[in-house]
Amino acid sequence: MSRFRKLAALGLALTFLGGLTACGNTSDTQDASGNAGSKQIYRTLDEIKEDGTINIGVFSDKNPFGYVDENGEYQGYDVYFANRLAQDLGVEVNFVSTEAANRIEYLQTGKVDVILANFTVTDERKEEVDFALPYMNVALGVVSRNDNVIESLDDLGEDDAIIVISGTTAETYLIHNYPNIPLQKFDSYATAKEAFENGTGVAWANDNTEVIAFSLQNEGYTVGIPSLGSNDTIAPAVTKGNTTLLEWINEDIKKLGEEQFFHKDYEETLTDTYGDAYKETLVVEGGKTE
Amino acid sequence: MPDLGLEVLLKGNNMLRLLGGLWVAVKISLISIGLSIPLGILLGIIMTRKNIAIRCLTKLYLETIRIMPQLVLLFLVFFGSTRSLGWNLSGETASVIVFVLWGTAEMGDLVRGALISIPRHQYESSEALGFSKAQSYLYIILPQTLRRLIPLSINLITRMIKTTSLILMIGVVEVLKVGQQIIEANRMTSPNAAFGIFLVIFILYFLVCWPISLAARHLERKWS
Repeated sequence: MSRFRKLAALGLALTFLGGLTACGNTSDTQDASGNAGSKQIYRTLDEIKEDGTINIGVFSDKNPFGYVDENGEYQGYDVYFANRLAQDLGVEVNFVSTEAANRIEYLQTGKVDVILANFTVTDERKEEVDFALPYMNVALGVVSRNDNVIESLDDLGEDDAIIVISGTTAETYLIHNYPNIPLQKFDSYATAKEAFENGTGVAWANDNTEVIAFSLQNEGYTVGIPSLGSNDTIAPAVTKGNTTLLEWINEDIKKLGEEQFFHKDYEETLTDTYGDAYKETLVVEGGKTE
Repeated sequence: MPDLGLEVLLKGNNMLRLLGGLWVAVKISLISIGLSIPLGILLGIIMTRKNIAIRCLTKLYLETIRIMPQLVLLFLVFFGSTRSLGWNLSGETASVIVFVLWGTAEMGDLVRGALISIPRHQYESSEALGFSKAQSYLYIILPQTLRRLIPLSINLITRMIKTTSLILMIGVVEVLKVGQQIIEANRMTSPNAAFGIFLVIFILYFLVCWPISLAARHLERKWS
């Protein structure tokens, strides 16, 4: 039996190795042929127009950016833009429900043409996909109580703790840039909220969209720092190498800037959550960031 | 009674959407189970062979499927088939393929276990009575095996139904995903909806799995 086990283990190891090299090979050939245009993974602008339908990957559970309403219709800031893109292109739109973890994979296999799922532009992601011009800003924000509004992290007392949710960009940022500030870490949004409301910490750091929404829904809190750290942007993404589609989206975003489209998008989809005060903080118009 | 935010289910088509999501999950599991059981029985019979090559191959298949998390299998079939073979499978098809691969492997092992638990004299007696190999399996061995298999396969079937909650990762909008969508769409107006929706989803899964357990118990009693 033990001989049999060893044989089986060896066989298994070989299969895995085989699988690995096979994967390596295919991605190589795909890159090469993708460049040559003989066997491309993505659909070009003309192919999408000819087909009459564009596949756009959006979130279906991130209110108010991409979500599904009670009638089963996709709604939100990203979706509003997606509908306009399809309209400008003269095609129908087919929404594909994506998750944060599979957005890149969807593009790399050509299963969607564009990702409009609150996709933050980062250097690592630029290696994998092509980003178009941005249409939204994203940064960290810090919310504090009205009786002790924190407007700068340098004003903090020595023992003043800040609440963060473990694993968020806020946690990484504070550890890197303000190693002396004591952090109170919580595992989930709900526990962090509960603790903050019960008097833990002097402030709560999170994505600015999250803290803004929190301060508007709960009395007695102010976002003293609405934009902290490196300013990232959110942009549409297409499969790497799909230049015809990428250029067309960039042109469209510039054109939409002239009619202040994203301000209108904000009013239609985000005002209920964030009010009007943060419009200029969040919206990027015509692909131009300051 | 605590506020469970159940009012969100009455908004628009929400309850219908949730039931529609349940149907997607049930449909995929039913098709997969329907295919896995006959294939698994076949595989189980093959696995009892003495031939070392056959045993090696089947063992390899079984262990590969068993080691890999279902989520990895789903990604491999859904995205991998596009990358390496250029197939553009829909999320539903990919799910059925993965569940059949998994179900056949697990079912095969259960059948193998049940087959070798049948006492040797049953095989020998049927041979002595002049049954051919196929006949002795069909009339003597398999009927006894099936009875032993019921509790084990019910376990597998209910596990399969519950595992459909993973297919939302490959874009299939099933009951859990619809639930998340409803919770998120109402997170400002009904922050407690998460409790209510997950409770309803729990009840829906229960309503699907409970009759299967009942039917199994009935069959067990009838056949014993």
